[in-house]
Amino acid sequence: MEKVTGSIAIIKCLEEEGVKTIFGFPGGAVIDLYDDLYKSDILHVLVRHEQGAVHAADGLARVTGEVGVALLTSGPGATNGVTAIATAYMDSIPMVILTGQVPTPLIGNDAFQEVDIVGITRPCTKHNYLVSKAEDLVPTLREAFHIARTGRPGPVLIDLPKDVVASMVDFEEKKPIRMQTYQPTYEPHMGQIEKACKEILKAKNPVLYVGGGVILSNSNEELAELATKLNIPVTMTLMGLGGFPGRNDLSMGMLGMHGSYTANMAVAKSDLLIAVGARFDDRVTGRIDAFAPHAQIIHIDIDPTSISKNVAVDIPIVADCKHALTAMNTWLDSCGHNLEEVGATHTPWLETIAAWTKKHPMGYLDEGETIKPQYVIEKLDELTNGDAIITTEVGQNQMWAAQFYKFNKPRRLITSGGLGTMGYGLPAAIGAKMAFPDATVIDVAGDGSIQMNIQELATAKQYNCPVKICILNNNYLGMVRQWQELFYDKHYAGTIMEVTPDFVALAEAYDCVGLRATKTSEVESVIKEALSIDNVVIMDFRIAREEGVFPMVPAGKATTEMLLV
Amino acid sequence: MKHTISVLLQNKPGVLSRVTGLFSGRGFNIESLSVAETLDSTVSCLTLVTRGDNAIVEQITKQLHKLIDVIKVTDISEGEYVEREMALIRVKAETTTRAEVLRVIDIFRGKVVDVSPKSYAVEVTGSATKIQAIIDILRPIGIKEIVRTGTIAMVRAPKK
Repeated sequence: MEKVTGSIAIIKCLEEEGVKTIFGFPGGAVIDLYDDLYKSDILHVLVRHEQGAVHAADGLARVTGEVGVALLTSGPGATNGVTAIATAYMDSIPMVILTGQVPTPLIGNDAFQEVDIVGITRPCTKHNYLVSKAEDLVPTLREAFHIARTGRPGPVLIDLPKDVVASMVDFEEKKPIRMQTYQPTYEPHMGQIEKACKEILKAKNPVLYVGGGVILSNSNEELAELATKLNIPVTMTLMGLGGFPGRNDLSMGMLGMHGSYTANMAVAKSDLLIAVGARFDDRVTGRIDAFAPHAQIIHIDIDPTSISKNVAVDIPIVADCKHALTAMNTWLDSCGHNLEEVGATHTPWLETIAAWTKKHPMGYLDEGETIKPQYVIEKLDELTNGDAIITTEVGQNQMWAAQFYKFNKPRRLITSGGLGTMGYGLPAAIGAKMAFPDATVIDVAGDGSIQMNIQELATAKQYNCPVKICILNNNYLGMVRQWQELFYDKHYAGTIMEVTPDFVALAEAYDCVGLRATKTSEVESVIKEALSIDNVVIMDFRIAREEGVFPMVPAGKATTEMLLV
Repeated sequence: MKHTISVLLQNKPGVLSRVTGLFSGRGFNIESLSVAETLDSTVSCLTLVTRGDNAIVEQITKQLHKLIDVIKVTDISEGEYVEREMALIRVKAETTTRAEVLRVIDIFRGKVVDVSPKSYAVEVTGSATKIQAIIDILRPIGIKEIVRTGTIAMVRAPKK
């Protein structure tokens, strides 16, 4: 057996897991680890704030499906990462976060840069560890990767005391991991599959309600097979966008608070709701007793706690979405029914849906040369053919991106859905671009949220990571302002950005490129120019200041009570 | 409705705080909690008493089960079970009341575990309601201090 230092063992474990890039920020507690990283083949990306490191690792994980890794020092390094860890946790993103810790004899002594990060992150990690003995180091790292990527994925944090990392450890060969207390259910119960399929065959007005689970389990093809086989219309949550092609006729776009009129009406009138890897979040359901009131509910989810948490479910299926959808497709293919005929019985339902779309399509009012943010997103979609990787910040920019960019493929919309973390988009874009250097990566941002992690421009520049930043600039914290306009008598409390930097000059200060459009007619050329430049580009679009995101379901209302354009 | 839930978990530092953190974070209540090692020293048994409708208790058991360090979760109150709690009660015992206190203790099958000129410390075990009953009886005589354990419980063995 090989004896190596703890820090070498950590790097060997990372290599063993296929990690090529990690994001981090050094400090006293992790300096030994940095010394061995320096000698290794793993690329370390130095961010400018620890939140950026964890978001970047998260962005890499979302576009690749692999485990993202961040390395932070103890104390403030670790606490700065907490928001980003919670972001990954809410969206079930596989990650391993390594934090430095003071040497074990000092733990609990209020030592310099000491913080109980395991205690702090307990509620926002899938699992976490303090490695207090050298012999636990290697098994813990391996177990952490296993937990992060299996079952319902999530971030796992490992706190590494400096003396443990510096000690000598045995590096045993990796064996398959079996944990007595952790065995996620991948295979569905066939009785439940049969029950679900029988209901699907009977349904007149079925709807597929698709969440991030479809993307996490890479089951978009199985989903498309089920939907097209039986002509079932599909609506997606924010996290599910791209799980089904946005340009397909069966796609109704997003549902929920800012979902399409069609999607919300279809769910309300459906007689069978097939939830796949979604969790009935309040932004999706609106007033819970008015959500899909006439529907039987089938719910596929790998996490039993998601089932019947918010809405009582008629047919629960605890399984990986890919396995469950495959089983359903197989059952349907061999059930003896003529599936084409069954699909044809949905024609009246699809006609009703088409009529809703005709009545209230996704749209906005054209105001001539005043730039409409929706127009900017439509142009981005058009000029990138719906195939770019779009990261977003949080707020109106995020909703417009979700509404008007028609994602063709999974892992193309990279957004903080559950936690709604402003400042997510830029570092996540860097992570995505590091993973796919040839892809077009665009951060759709607001002038408010871009400033939350604007420092990462330097990271993008340093690592030659030419992401494009599309700022929909309205000098407001627009989403909150919209609520204030609608529900708080236009009291714009704390939402007016009286001072905003000159984003073009700011880009130039980082040796990046800044472009600005103030008129609708300039939008297309600015986007084209930005896409053609091999550098980080900020596009500053001065948009209609008080434009709102519509449709909108006011908080606490039924999803059919939408405010429309 | 009251539920007594038994949780087997890995006997490691921090595990208890994962359980209590889950309850506080998700707004579930804990009426009592008691935890100790089992026959296997790597495993602890935690018994907790909570209240909630079926949907809440279903969430509680699922959420507990989701914790990586949790081995097994059983809602003991779904079937036949025995439960016990213990209390140590220091009660005033002056010349005029000493005999009366001893009679009460005897009725509840308690034991005197500490004696001073002015008080007895009494040990009593039983269900939570029995403990409450002796407290109610002794209160007028003068209780100086009470320490209670949480409930522990065990499923009754099948009778056939």
